[in-house]
Amino acid sequence: MDILYFAWVRERIGLPKEQIQTQAATVADLINELRAREERYVAAFSDLSALRVALDQELADFDAPLDGVREVAFFPPMTGG
Amino acid sequence: MRVVVQAEPFDYAAEVDRFAADRSDIGALVCFAGVVRDTDNTLSMMEIEHYPGMTEKALSKIAKEAKDRWSLGDVLVIHRFGKLTPGEKIMMVATAAPHRAAAFAAADFLMDYLKSRAPFWKKEHSRESADWVAAKQSDETALSRWS
Repeated sequence: MDILYFAWVRERIGLPKEQIQTQAATVADLINELRAREERYVAAFSDLSALRVALDQELADFDAPLDGVREVAFFPPMTGG
Repeated sequence: MRVVVQAEPFDYAAEVDRFAADRSDIGALVCFAGVVRDTDNTLSMMEIEHYPGMTEKALSKIAKEAKDRWSLGDVLVIHRFGKLTPGEKIMMVATAAPHRAAAFAAADFLMDYLKSRAPFWKKEHSRESADWVAAKQSDETALSRWS
């Protein structure tokens, strides 16, 4: 599964993209898995209300299932326009 | 309908002039441009990051929704990414409709949606620091007008 990070999430984790093997059932499970890895993930995922997630390039909720998902992206609320 | 995501500057006047030029059933054109603002004279550069792939999809979805909802004759969205300096145009939208109410409403809708539903992130660089622009609660509230 490809995991992408944007804006300050990318900066805190220190890379734009990584590939991981996971059995996580939902986005929330995946976040818990990442948090358990290293301090930089804890820093990036400390406040979920400041985060958004997209599954295969569509906005999703944190309780969304990861079944069949190929690309997960984490980023702050968007500031376009 | 045209959606463009690019790093290069765009020619606003030429885009406006060309927009819906071949249509004779259009009575109203609304064109809006967003510009890099330097309120306190401290901004040296505005950096815009985006999510290639999702950006184009999200913008197309928003543009199509506006087109269907207001029966627009045409709709145009251009959004830049990369490094921009104060005064540069970041983006533009244009809407074409038989009457002005629909053209204005659709442009307003497009702006509200692409502010908080298109995957762009702005970072303001000054001489001393670089800070990510925080999303405003008012941007989120603005969306509820349209549901």
